[in-house]
Amino acid sequence: MSYRAESFLWLMQRISAGVLALCVTVHLATIIYAVQGGLSAAEILGRTRGNAGWFAFYCVFVLAVTVHVPIGLRSVCSEWLRWRGRSRDLALLLFAAFLAWAGMRAVVGVFA
Amino acid sequence: MKVSVKRGDSYQEFEVPRHPSQTVLDVVTYIQRHLDPTLAYRFACRVGMCGSCAMMVNDVPRWTCRTHVDRVLEKDALTVAPLRNLPVIRDLVTDMREFFDKWARAKGEFRGRQSKQDDFAKVPPQSEERVLVDKGIECIGCAVCYAACDVVKWNPDYLGPAALNRAWTLVKDVRDRSQLERLRAVSGDAGCHACHSHVSCTERCPKHLSPTAAIAGLKREVAKAVLRGEL
Repeated sequence: MSYRAESFLWLMQRISAGVLALCVTVHLATIIYAVQGGLSAAEILGRTRGNAGWFAFYCVFVLAVTVHVPIGLRSVCSEWLRWRGRSRDLALLLFAAFLAWAGMRAVVGVFA
Repeated sequence: MKVSVKRGDSYQEFEVPRHPSQTVLDVVTYIQRHLDPTLAYRFACRVGMCGSCAMMVNDVPRWTCRTHVDRVLEKDALTVAPLRNLPVIRDLVTDMREFFDKWARAKGEFRGRQSKQDDFAKVPPQSEERVLVDKGIECIGCAVCYAACDVVKWNPDYLGPAALNRAWTLVKDVRDRSQLERLRAVSGDAGCHACHSHVSCTERCPKHLSPTAAIAGLKREVAKAVLRGEL
C-alpha cells in the first residue's frame, strides 16, 4: 500500500478514535443514568424508538467502530500473525462490512 | 558476583570480584582480560560518547560504560547479553548494519539549500524549530532504543526510534531541502505510523532523548502534508 494510503488510514484511525472517545463516554454515562431506577427491555425500547437524535448518534458510533477496528486489526495481523498484503486488506474490508451490518442492525432494532 | 554471559545459544557463568564504582563494561573487560580471552565485545570511548558498548544487562538494554554495577545487580548476579533485535556476530557483538542502513532509508542525511558562495545560514537558537531539533540532536547511535522497541521485533522492516528521531531533527531543520522526500520515506508500515507509542525507547535512551515525541511529530507533519495534498 502506498505511503499516501497508509498516512490516510492513520489519520482516519486517529479521527475515529476521537469520535469513539466521545461516543463511549456518552453511551456509558447514558446507561448509568438511565438504569438507576431499574428498566425493563420494553421500557428501554419505549424511550428509544423513533428518537431521531439518538438514532443519528448511534449511526456515528457504528461508523467510527467500522473505521477504527479494522485499521487497528491491520497492525495486529501484520505484527502478531505476520499476515500482510492484499488478502489481509480484503479480509479486513469484509470484517468492516460485517461490523457496519451488525452495528446498524442493532441501531435499527433499538431506535427505528 | 556471579555473571552470566550469553555466548551463542547458551550462557557461560563467571565469578567476578566487586570494586567500588565498577561499571558493567568493567565487568566484561575483567572477564576478557582475566578469565576468558576469547570473549568478544565492543567498546571504544568508555565515557558515554561513542555509543558502541550497549548490551542487554539483566534483559534491559543499557550503555554498559555508564551503567554502574550497584544500580543493576540483582541478588549478587548479573546477566549480560548482546543487544536485542540485531543479528549477533559473536558473543556480545551485534551487527549494526541494518540499524544504520535504516538511518539512510529514513533520509537521515542533511541536504542544504545553500552553496559555498552563500553566507552562513542564520538559525535563531530560540526559534521553535531549533528548540525541537536541540531536543533530539544528541543521539549517540548506541541502538539501545532499537533493542528496547517491540515494534522492531514484530516488524523487522520498521525503521526504528533512532532513525526516525534523526529524520525528525532534519524535518525541523529550516536549512534542509529534502523535506517531502523525507516525509515520504518515514511514512507507512515501516515508518512512523507503525509506532505504538509504547515509550520503551524514551524510557531506555541513555541520553534522555524522546524518540517517541519525535515520531509523534513526524506523524503530525505527515498528516499535515497529506491534508495539504503534498504527499
